[in-house]
Amino acid sequence: MADTAISARDTVSETPSMTRRLFSALISRLVIAIPYLWLLVFFLIPFFIVFKISLSQTAIAMPPYTPVIGVSDFFQKIGELSFDNYVWLTEDALYFNAYISSIWIAGVSTFLTLLIGYPIAYGMARAPTTVRPTLLMLVILPFWTSFLIRVYAWIGILKPEGLLNQLLMTLNIIDEPLIILNTNTAIFIGIVYSYLPFMILPLYSALEKMDYTLIEAANDLGCPPLSAFWKITFPLSLPGVVAGCLLVFIPAVGEFVIPDLLGGSETLMIGKTLWNEFNANRDWPVSSAVAIILLLLLVVPIMFFQHAQAKAQEQGR
Amino acid sequence: MNTTWSRFNVTSIALGFAFLYLPIVILVIFSFNESKLVTVWSGFSTKWYGSLLQNQGLLDAAWVTVRVGVIAATFATVLGTMAALALTRYTRFRGRILFSGMVFAPLVMPEVITGLSLLLLFVAVGLDRGFLTVTLAHITFSMCFVAVVVQSRLLTFDRSLEEAAMDLGATPVTTFFHVTLPVILPAIVSGWMLAFTLSLDDLVIASFTSGPGATTLPMKIYSQVRLGVTPEINAACTILIAIVAVGVIAASLVNKRREVQRLRDEQGAQRG
Amino acid sequence: MQSLGSIRRSFAPWTDPQAKPYIVFDNVTKRFGDFTAVDNLSLSIYEREFFALLGASGCGKSTLLRMLAGFEEPTSGRILIDGQDLRGTPPYKRPVNMMFQSYALFPHMTVEKNIAFGLKQEGMPADQIEARVTEMLKLVKLEQFAKRKPHQLSGGQRQRVALARSVAKRPKVLLLDEPLGALDKKLREETQFELMDLQQSLGLTFVVVTHDQEEAMTMADRIAILDKGQVMQVATPAEIYEAPGSRFVANFVGNVNLFEGEVVAREENGARIRGATGAEIRVENAGAAAAGNSVVFAIRPEKIRVSSRRPDESRLNAMEGEVYDIAYLGDMTIYHVKLADGQVVKASALNSSRVTEDPLTWDDRAWISFQPDAGVVLTQ
Repeated sequence: MADTAISARDTVSETPSMTRRLFSALISRLVIAIPYLWLLVFFLIPFFIVFKISLSQTAIAMPPYTPVIGVSDFFQKIGELSFDNYVWLTEDALYFNAYISSIWIAGVSTFLTLLIGYPIAYGMARAPTTVRPTLLMLVILPFWTSFLIRVYAWIGILKPEGLLNQLLMTLNIIDEPLIILNTNTAIFIGIVYSYLPFMILPLYSALEKMDYTLIEAANDLGCPPLSAFWKITFPLSLPGVVAGCLLVFIPAVGEFVIPDLLGGSETLMIGKTLWNEFNANRDWPVSSAVAIILLLLLVVPIMFFQHAQAKAQEQGR
Repeated sequence: MNTTWSRFNVTSIALGFAFLYLPIVILVIFSFNESKLVTVWSGFSTKWYGSLLQNQGLLDAAWVTVRVGVIAATFATVLGTMAALALTRYTRFRGRILFSGMVFAPLVMPEVITGLSLLLLFVAVGLDRGFLTVTLAHITFSMCFVAVVVQSRLLTFDRSLEEAAMDLGATPVTTFFHVTLPVILPAIVSGWMLAFTLSLDDLVIASFTSGPGATTLPMKIYSQVRLGVTPEINAACTILIAIVAVGVIAASLVNKRREVQRLRDEQGAQRG
Repeated sequence: MQSLGSIRRSFAPWTDPQAKPYIVFDNVTKRFGDFTAVDNLSLSIYEREFFALLGASGCGKSTLLRMLAGFEEPTSGRILIDGQDLRGTPPYKRPVNMMFQSYALFPHMTVEKNIAFGLKQEGMPADQIEARVTEMLKLVKLEQFAKRKPHQLSGGQRQRVALARSVAKRPKVLLLDEPLGALDKKLREETQFELMDLQQSLGLTFVVVTHDQEEAMTMADRIAILDKGQVMQVATPAEIYEAPGSRFVANFVGNVNLFEGEVVAREENGARIRGATGAEIRVENAGAAAAGNSVVFAIRPEKIRVSSRRPDESRLNAMEGEVYDIAYLGDMTIYHVKLADGQVVKASALNSSRVTEDPLTWDDRAWISFQPDAGVVLTQ
């Protein structure tokens, strides 16, 4: 719209300005086109390739699959597609259990993260304005240090002869070392610890935006503080709760490092299963099928996340 | 009533930060442990740092990681800034919904999926796995983080500044480089830093997309961690933490100084 | 049946020594760190009174209101409502409700949920809540907006919801923090009278904080003028305007001309004051000023006449000057007349006819004149 208005004015001005305008228009096209193309090639198209390979047969070769569809013979080969890998996934209870257990572990961890993150975010949002930036930085700082390092740090703490057990036994709280490492508890701790900043930040921004006089108004109308929290503060922080939970839940479902380093051999998580299928068994088609189903499971929460982002963006405008 | 609530607040913040920092602090402390056991303190020593310097494999991996990080972060910053501009400035273009979807989805996409899909792409086009493929993968997922950081700055940007510049005769391109860019520069810089750390940090995507000769530091650390916890890894981690901490704290101090300076200038201007 | 106006006219419990004040601030001090927001302040407010706290920002008026609501506790001193010391009583147990400057409407609740909120806290049965909410909606004429959320309402409608919510519980005292501050001028004027009617019909005690003197003058039975955490004067609007107790009050409320001088002699019911240039004026209402005291004579612009010739009447005080500036405001014209000693006096003239027979213009010689009882003598 603006372009037409400008070019209408341009008819009276001289040509150099015309070329400059054309140049500007070209630039703005490029600003959109370059990242767009990049993401198409490196983000979207790979998913189609994953899907394609999930439909092909396993082969002992390099690459270890028989290609099904080239662009040219797409229509001829479409009839030969094999859903064997998906059938295989349904036949082996391992995969089904891994999906269920991933969702269960991610769900419990997300809830625990919310439980721990909320009071911290609340405390930060009610802290004096002068210290808030510092607190915010302190929450973000661990996020800048390596994920792997942070998970690794817990091994030394949770081991049977680790620091936590040493401490508890010195304090005579327990006689026998607790077995935490290589259990689901360790995975919960790892996920909560690693993803806590992702929960705190959206919660904090929701709580910080909230007008404190609303709480005063509730108190004034006879509502004691705890009840005012549940009736006013919590409902108003729900966008932050939703964003935080999605930011933790979605990546946690596909988490690999945490179950691999902290979890036990009997712990089933789909990210780990996929990794093993790919690296140990070298079964690319099956791991692609695993990835596609994981993606399907996450499509709804991811869309939900997109929607929340878009809405936040709309409000920010 | 207020005091008990703030006591609650102080407690929850203190406990929360203890939880966030204690494991890291413990890890750093035990990097100076004399003994090979990571969990039993037997005296102060810096010998693990010394042995780290002898570990050629680790040093090579570190060098690869830094190179990948710098290149990936730089490209990701350019692409991410463009994506942010496209999202905030051009509200109507064909496929905008798909575009914004592709920008936001990688933020939460499980790394195993991103890694696998990129690997399969590289295999499909016949690109050998190595330095180039890791870098391309890192550019792709970190540009989205840059886009989000820059976009949030652009959303609070006062558009009338740009309009004023154009009203005074500047072309859109000149306006961008002389008005928009200086204002969003802090966001771009923190976007670069974020992209760099993400690249430095990444294990899963790198493991999928990297090949022989391009082993990154997280991959190296991971393979050693699987063999057992050693103070040498603690030492390596401590160095990484120190680098990041110094970088982040320095950046925030610079920001703070600039802020203080601005406040002082404003007060001075009012007094004068 | 008596009209509301006549009830109001006869309402003056503060003149009755037998009447017991309903709200009492007793030597209340409130400090925030080094800053003293309220400084050893005492104040009495009577039941069913419409009481205004008027002052510039930072004068402590909002702190006073917040202490009454229970959001702040006084550093020292007592606050009593109906003889009960409120110290330690949390806001949710006090018999007062507040209407917030920002309205503080709960954004996630509909209008009717907002209004019902306080009633639910009381544990009122659902059918009674419904009846009360309906009644409140009717009172503020928002029946058809019951199901809307606050962001779907106009500023004026939100103000009414806030009002309805705060009176729904029938509090003994309603606290209003800049109740009309966010409304535009036209709406503000209408709403002033609605607030007054509401206060009369519900029989509530209103304590309103405002920085707008016109608002306070229009609505309040009595006004307390605050400055630096202290009460400068408590009086009816007319007393505040016509008989300000201090230079600060005279300056703060309305426009005023101040003449500084010395009392030359007391007369039967007044005094003669000599200014710096030696010109003398005769005044009544000299108060306790004795001969030799240096005083300030305060007179409102509308009490001063401007004319091109010296007025004949000998009782009048008259001074000569020149027209320095003229501001034509439509309903009135304000003349700035510069006297011999350089002081600029403001005099306003009502434009009661379309054409003035004695037109004055810039730089004309002009006389200002006023009755001896037209102003007050301030000793402070």
